[in-house]
Amino acid sequence: MSEILNFHYEVDGTDFTSAGQSSVSVKKELRRLGLPAEIIRQVSIAMYEGEINMVIHAHGGVADINLYEDKIEIILEDHGPGIKDIDLAMQEGYSTAKENIRSLGFGAGMGLPNMKKYTDEMYIDSVVGVGTKVRMIVNIPG
Amino acid sequence: MKIQDIQQLLDAQVVCGEESLGKHVYSACGSDMMSDVLAYVKDQAVLLTGLVNSQVIRTAEMMDMVCIVFVRSKSPNEEMIELAKDSGIVLMKTEKRLYEACGTLYVNGLIGNGKKI
Ligand SMILES: Nc1ncnc2c1ncn2[C@@H]1O[C@H](COP(=O)(O)OP(=O)(O)O)[C@@H](O)[C@H]1O
Ligand SMILES: [Mg+2]
Repeated sequence: MSEILNFHYEVDGTDFTSAGQSSVSVKKELRRLGLPAEIIRQVSIAMYEGEINMVIHAHGGVADINLYEDKIEIILEDHGPGIKDIDLAMQEGYSTAKENIRSLGFGAGMGLPNMKKYTDEMYIDSVVGVGTKVRMIVNIPG
Repeated sequence: MKIQDIQQLLDAQVVCGEESLGKHVYSACGSDMMSDVLAYVKDQAVLLTGLVNSQVIRTAEMMDMVCIVFVRSKSPNEEMIELAKDSGIVLMKTEKRLYEACGTLYVNGLIGNGKKI
């Protein structure tokens, strides 16, 4: 199945204020393309959580959204510290975020579980000291 | 309830989105944790919060919310107002605290899950 459209974003890791910009942009593009509202919501929430993670845990990274006829693929890649124990990180409520992040409204440890909940497939590749790659797929019902 | 009813009940000042005051909303939520809003909220159209940063607007946009009420007279900055306008979200602010603002809307029929009390 060949890719129809790609959206590519550099996610700035130095500025919390701009975090989530790419996800807002993707949401607008998907709306413009007329995809079903529920699919758009799933994609944008999952991507937003992942984008915030890249900013608060990994000094930023890159985001690629690939649109296929039957699915949307979200790939988030960073060169941050990596995740030592992915099973632990996936648990609801587990977070290494400090108080300064919590005071900004994030760091409840719900991001990764939420990303899993809102997507049909999710894969995490992470190497400590090298970086993290999260790939998520949302199927578009036929 | 219409968004303009929220404004009246909370004695709130509209910051942007006047043109949408006639929209109907059926449920709301109150939180300072955007993480929790993203994880637990479903179909709530109004967000009441004491948190003031751009992520509040983006979180509301992700959740397809149509109105944000800032409590304790907190004011959104220019960047937040621009983001809200771009997304067609109504911003307003009230002097009330989060608990009181939520309670006021709740007893007037705007409850958490869109069902009748
Ligand atoms: N891109 C990433 N790079 C490094 N660590 C990450 C990344 N994403 C998530 N983590 C780790 O996984 C934990 C859980 O993530 P998440 O469920 O999103 O919760 P939160 O972001 O609220 O801490 C984080 O606290 C962090 O330790
Ligand atoms: Mg997170």
